Amino acid sequence: MDWAAFSLSLKLGSATLAVLLPISLIAGRTLALQTFRGKGIAEALVALPLVLPPAVLGFYLLVAFGARSPLGRLTTGLIGHPLAFSFAGLLAASVLINIPFGIQPIQRAFEAIPPDIREAAACCGMSRRRAFLAIELPLAWPGILSAAVLTFAHTLGEFGVVLMVGGNIPNETRTLSIAIYDRMQAFDDRAAGLMAATLLLVALATLTITHVLGRRIARRHG
Amino acid sequence: MARVLFLATLLSSGSTVVGFHAMAPAPAPVIAAASDLKFALEEVAARYAAEGHERVELVFGSSGLLSRQIQDGAPFEVFLSADEEFVNQLADAGLARDRGVLYALGRLVLFAPSGSPLVPDPELNGLRALLERGAVTKFAIANPAYAPYGRAAEAVLRKRGLWERLQRSLVLGDNVAQAAQFASTGNAVGGILAHSLVLAPPLRGQGKYVRIPESDHPPLRQRMVLLKRAGPTAEDFYRYLQQTGAREILHRFGFALPGGSGPPEG
Repeated sequence: MDWAAFSLSLKLGSATLAVLLPISLIAGRTLALQTFRGKGIAEALVALPLVLPPAVLGFYLLVAFGARSPLGRLTTGLIGHPLAFSFAGLLAASVLINIPFGIQPIQRAFEAIPPDIREAAACCGMSRRRAFLAIELPLAWPGILSAAVLTFAHTLGEFGVVLMVGGNIPNETRTLSIAIYDRMQAFDDRAAGLMAATLLLVALATLTITHVLGRRIARRHG
Repeated sequence: MARVLFLATLLSSGSTVVGFHAMAPAPAPVIAAASDLKFALEEVAARYAAEGHERVELVFGSSGLLSRQIQDGAPFEVFLSADEEFVNQLADAGLARDRGVLYALGRLVLFAPSGSPLVPDPELNGLRALLERGAVTKFAIANPAYAPYGRAAEAVLRKRGLWERLQRSLVLGDNVAQAAQFASTGNAVGGILAHSLVLAPPLRGQGKYVRIPESDHPPLRQRMVLLKRAGPTAEDFYRYLQQTGAREILHRFGFALPGGSGPPEG
């Protein structure tokens, strides 16, 4: 078991959540409650990482983040290194890949809140902020939680993009998934097996949690 | 566009935090090495640490992949390539301190895992006979597009007139260690691998092998170089690699060693 990789994966998962969850709340609620021009394109963009092959995303990000790109030269000037092969770059990639996992469950949760509930809140003289905090958020929380769980689990599991953008650098970009690949190539099947089992359990727990939450939403509004 | 800008802002704040982390303790230098060195270099690094030196981190991959990563800004301090070409390219691109030193000559073996119908011989006659019988399931080599050992394997197979006929049976490893893994699982009748890998514990005793004559392929002149960002520990490790103790280990893993340790050329 590669504990450095394990803690790096946890760190990447939490950092991704910290960045993506606020964005997802704003974007998910906006997409659920508002109509605007180009909404179709916005929703397609949100879903794109689900359909896009990881190799495509990995390639573009490596080219964009590498030392030879304008962004690479800029970040080298600012922070001393390009984003590629660094934790910061991995975080950026991870946030992008997880956009659908963050936004979509939250959007669905806000969509499931019946409009008359929000109208009633407005009629009662609740400010929009108050209505959001006291009415919408409590109703949407199973969706928010499943977005968080999915994002976190998906971050632990992401492989292709991490390998391409991050390389396989201990303590910096060697996540648990990469460590499995690394150990397998080193003929260390025991360590690879242990880490694979860990991720299997995480995936199973994730699905269980999201299903339970999904049922809860359905029961509430069904 | 707004989203891109927003992300960029978040990213820069994120990386500042990471930057502070990196500043705290001097992290161990990362050494990038060709996959044929997997077990040999791990032993060198273990010995280096045991002798009371600073720790170094090792990252293995095909020389082509590592070279590309260096060009894209990977934070490696020393690069041990399985050939000269990639080191020269990095030197030409201004990413290396100098043109480095030759540290080893790689050797190829034909390997057959236990239970394989292939009986290894230096001229690949056994492989030819199996091909004629249609009994070659899979045959593993490293990817010639970016792995020097794959290139050398291709040269051997071409010289023996087997390259075209073997096409449908080839499985290409990302690097020679992965090729070794493919060859050892029993899914393949064998493969052309690095001598250094079949001498290491995971493969030793897992099959039979013979050395392939060096005259059958362009030499694997393995060159290493200090990269632009190399610090004192990396410099020290680089010197250590040229000293007797490290050279002995490389020799034990089947590498031929160039004459003297010699000063960096060029």
